[in-house]
Amino acid sequence: MATEAPLAVARGVSGLSMFAAFVLKEAKHVLRDRRSLLILLGLPIVMMTLFGFALSNEVKNTNFVVLDRAPDASTLGLTGRISESNYFTFAGRVQSEAEINDRFRRGDARLAVVFPADFEHDLRHLGHAQIRLVADASDPNTASTVSNYAAAIVAQYQAELAEGSVGPGAIAVETRMLYNPQLKSSYMFVPGVMTLILMLLGAMMTSVSIVREKERGTMEVLLVSPMNPLILIIGKAVPYLVLCLIDVLIILLLSYGLLDLPGGANLPLLIAESLLFILTTLTLGLVISNLVQQQQTAMFVSLVGLLMPSLVFSGFMFPIENMPLPLRVISHLVPTRWFYLIASNVMIKHLGFAAVIQPTLILAGMTLVLLFIAWRTFKQRL
Amino acid sequence: MTEWVIEAENLTRRFGAFTAVDAINLKVAAGEIFGFLGANGAGKTTAMRIFCGLLEPSSGRATVAGFDAMTQSEQIKQRIGYMSQKFSLYGKLTVKQNIRFFAGIYGLSRREVKQKTGEIVERLGLTTAADTLVDELPLGWKQRISFAVATVHQPKVVFLDEPTGGVDPIVRRQFWDMIFEASSRGVTVFVTTHYMDEAEYCDRVSIMVDGAVAAMGKPAELCAEYGVASVEEVFVALARKATRHGD
Repeated sequence: MATEAPLAVARGVSGLSMFAAFVLKEAKHVLRDRRSLLILLGLPIVMMTLFGFALSNEVKNTNFVVLDRAPDASTLGLTGRISESNYFTFAGRVQSEAEINDRFRRGDARLAVVFPADFEHDLRHLGHAQIRLVADASDPNTASTVSNYAAAIVAQYQAELAEGSVGPGAIAVETRMLYNPQLKSSYMFVPGVMTLILMLLGAMMTSVSIVREKERGTMEVLLVSPMNPLILIIGKAVPYLVLCLIDVLIILLLSYGLLDLPGGANLPLLIAESLLFILTTLTLGLVISNLVQQQQTAMFVSLVGLLMPSLVFSGFMFPIENMPLPLRVISHLVPTRWFYLIASNVMIKHLGFAAVIQPTLILAGMTLVLLFIAWRTFKQRL
Repeated sequence: MTEWVIEAENLTRRFGAFTAVDAINLKVAAGEIFGFLGANGAGKTTAMRIFCGLLEPSSGRATVAGFDAMTQSEQIKQRIGYMSQKFSLYGKLTVKQNIRFFAGIYGLSRREVKQKTGEIVERLGLTTAADTLVDELPLGWKQRISFAVATVHQPKVVFLDEPTGGVDPIVRRQFWDMIFEASSRGVTVFVTTHYMDEAEYCDRVSIMVDGAVAAMGKPAELCAEYGVASVEEVFVALARKATRHGD
């Protein structure tokens, strides 16, 4: 047939321009869809700010009250010492145990320091005295943090009083928190938040955008066209890959600029690992889009089906070591677990590639398996 | 000798126990406007999807532009245009962007894309609306743009699945003027429709009942054969015998 030759020639050249046309169209869609764009770029900013500042599990400026039946130099000194610290704010004196209860119930104090009447006397003459710390344990985590801080201040005060007179057998405990010396939680959240954001956006955005084409009927037209379905798949992934990388950059900028994450991490390694994880989430989105027919379903599956396990099994919120065996086994199948491990090792512990080879290989393996599943489930013929 | 552009021999498609298309035979000549009629659920869309390579036949044979629909769907795809029943342009892109995109994925060179885009915009009288989002246009315009897009790569055959649903007779007539124009350039048009006045515009029609072709021929011949005045009456006479009911 006479028309054979020109068509065949044209085809080889046009693969690239088809791809260009597709990516261009996809990019226009992303840029025009202000709402999605807002989610894509706003989510990391909102989450970083929330986790970094508002949801910090650090305890600062906790109100405390003092029940002091016989104020004297020692009790006043210790009270002063506690109120000077960043962690506590002096919220007045109370006269009875009942009043402590009252203040706790009203919520305007979370800790009470109770001095016995003979505090100074015991301290001077017996060499030891007792004080009681009463904490509002309706929030157990805060209560234990708060009482630990107060106890530490008391111990320090005591050590100063006994300067030079530490007898044999006295053990001074010095605790050092490695990698996060000030126990600042704000940047501890960074690897976790990054993991969640990439998982959510990568999987949800790709799956929704592919399923949208199915729903609108444009998918049919694309499949009838001579365009290779591989172009469709890669063309869908490229814009979201770029957007996810922008998100990674936003997160890094906020971490170093705003949350004072200590520098020294291997950033090229971190970005390369993020790229790998983004590929994992995009392929996951692809698999979802092959299995569902409606945008709503795609969104639901990504949110409930991915976000929940990602949150629970990443080790970011709940320690995996404390889980029962079946859950620990399941956690191995969750990609976020491995990326969280990589991200926290690289960002917080400043480890190099050698330390994250194993999770990297696991993540790469998962991506290949998902890619295979995506390929097998892709229905070129509807 | 007549060049047959679409041929079906005992073409059958089953979904489980349900036979959507039941051993149909038909031939469509080059340049013909072929009306593929039938009640809802008669199997029109299924048959059309087989011709377009979107579905595989369960048995029988279909060839389009000389290529086998089962094994050579890639060659077929380069020679056909398709306009689906669902309105299928990108609503969030402008008219120009849509034309450029579809021309691009049909493999036209950049120069051709540019030239074609200008041509279509002018031919449809859309110069002022060229940069409007497709979502903001009336349905009739969208349908005409869809048709222009489906024929942008000068296919041998264009498949139209209920292209004029939901618009008034004047707009439908405008659409058919585009079909006549394409046909005069030698494009074969294979069209399904619900509107029996449109059936009269076709060179030949077939009427499907329960997955099988119940009648086929020129509209005038069919009317004579059934002793009625219009294709509509032929259709009603045949559709009454149907046991299957559409959705």
